[in-house]
Amino acid sequence: MAGTTRPSTERVATPPPARLLRFDLGERVLHWLNAVLMLTMLGTGSALYIPELSELVGRRGLVLTIHVYAGIALPFPLLLTALAGRWGKAFRSDARRLNRWSADDRRWFRTRGRDAFVRLGKFNPGQKLNAAFTVGVIVVMLATGLIMKFPNEWPLSWRTGATFVHDWVYLAAAIVVAGHILFAVNDAESLRSMVRGWVPGSWARRHAPRWYEEQTGLRADGRGERSKAKA
Amino acid sequence: MTTVEHSEGQDTPPTIPPEQDERRGTPVGRRVVLGMAGLGVLGILVGRRVQNWISDVMAPIQAADPTGLTQLLPAAGGFRFYTITGSFPSKSAVDYRLTISGLVDKPVTLTLDDLKAMPATSMVKDFQCVTGWRVSSVHWTGVQLGYLLDLAGVQPAGKALKFHSFDEADTESLTLEQARRSDVIVAYEMLGAPVTRDHGGPVRLYVAPMYGYKSLKWLDGIEVTSSVIPGYWENNGYDVDGWIGGSNGRDDTPVD
Repeated sequence: MAGTTRPSTERVATPPPARLLRFDLGERVLHWLNAVLMLTMLGTGSALYIPELSELVGRRGLVLTIHVYAGIALPFPLLLTALAGRWGKAFRSDARRLNRWSADDRRWFRTRGRDAFVRLGKFNPGQKLNAAFTVGVIVVMLATGLIMKFPNEWPLSWRTGATFVHDWVYLAAAIVVAGHILFAVNDAESLRSMVRGWVPGSWARRHAPRWYEEQTGLRADGRGERSKAKA
Repeated sequence: MTTVEHSEGQDTPPTIPPEQDERRGTPVGRRVVLGMAGLGVLGILVGRRVQNWISDVMAPIQAADPTGLTQLLPAAGGFRFYTITGSFPSKSAVDYRLTISGLVDKPVTLTLDDLKAMPATSMVKDFQCVTGWRVSSVHWTGVQLGYLLDLAGVQPAGKALKFHSFDEADTESLTLEQARRSDVIVAYEMLGAPVTRDHGGPVRLYVAPMYGYKSLKWLDGIEVTSSVIPGYWENNGYDVDGWIGGSNGRDDTPVD
């Protein structure tokens, strides 16, 4: 190996990290604020919408008041975190990752995750769709909700149309949130990382190889080789 | 143990080609959000027509659905149950009493059997809610309100009615003229059967030409007053004279 610019010691110089920070504190607080508000919306909305639940819960005025205020509050954690300077840096970076799809993401989506050669980044396309759908739900529900709350400011048919949209998006959102919780419960490391922030390096290598390589400079196939040195 | 912090863009190994970098890919997420927003706007604009169409399609399906699950589909029609108190109030057919009081010659207290013994009025008419939903062709049976008023004898000073509910919160009002219409009844049958508790049974008001909030549920008191006293929903912003298609800024087709 004499004469090469690559010192042979570098192959084993950096041990693979045991943990990688997946979500910083700001992102975790944001997630759980969103979760509480979203579940409040679904809970109170169900109590307003499903006859059997309306009957069980009653107190229509109170339930409606909670629903309206939680709904108005819902966009604020997202907006404030996005604008929170360095506290929102990790969130803005992850929002960008969630927004954008790599070629591997598209192939993963087409093959429904069955293509073993697909190597994903920090988030898989399902998580990306969930994030975009949630933002869409907040936008549409806020708009239709405001039309329903202040019915006299708009043409009459808008109110019926807004109620129609609000009802169907509620149904879709309930299903997607249930799916999100199911997926989280089935992947304990992923769920735990939304509480404590980090994932084990081994988890990242398997589920997010490109993110692992980008963060550590190591190859995700476990050989511990500096990928920089390889080039 | 070491924890690697975020270090965006610095340590990108050259092995990640740009088309595989998830920070530089196609903005699919943005398209999803914009697409949903666009569909939302479209839904607001044409939702009413789509909803009517779905109701028409679903009606025969619901009629044949013993589980009632199809009722839960949005815009599929059917009643929505509103109560303004903590629970649905309950009173058995035996315990039920209806009192007629206020500016009357002789206050009356009636049992459910008393009401059923009186001349009955039946009609098949829609129930239209001020929030937009409508249940078509509901079968109603009851006693005309005007008949009950004559029974108690309204004094000359009496100009309006105040209705009380045994949920002890809801109230409603009608003018005497409105109350004496033939399509305003104290109903003990609805949907071809005794009025259920959820629908406001055993006895509720049905004011056919007006929005549903005027058809007070769990009726147990009729009070003749000297002027109109706005009820619960009117105090929350709805019109006192709740004519279908002629109030609350709405243009629904009136119930014929």
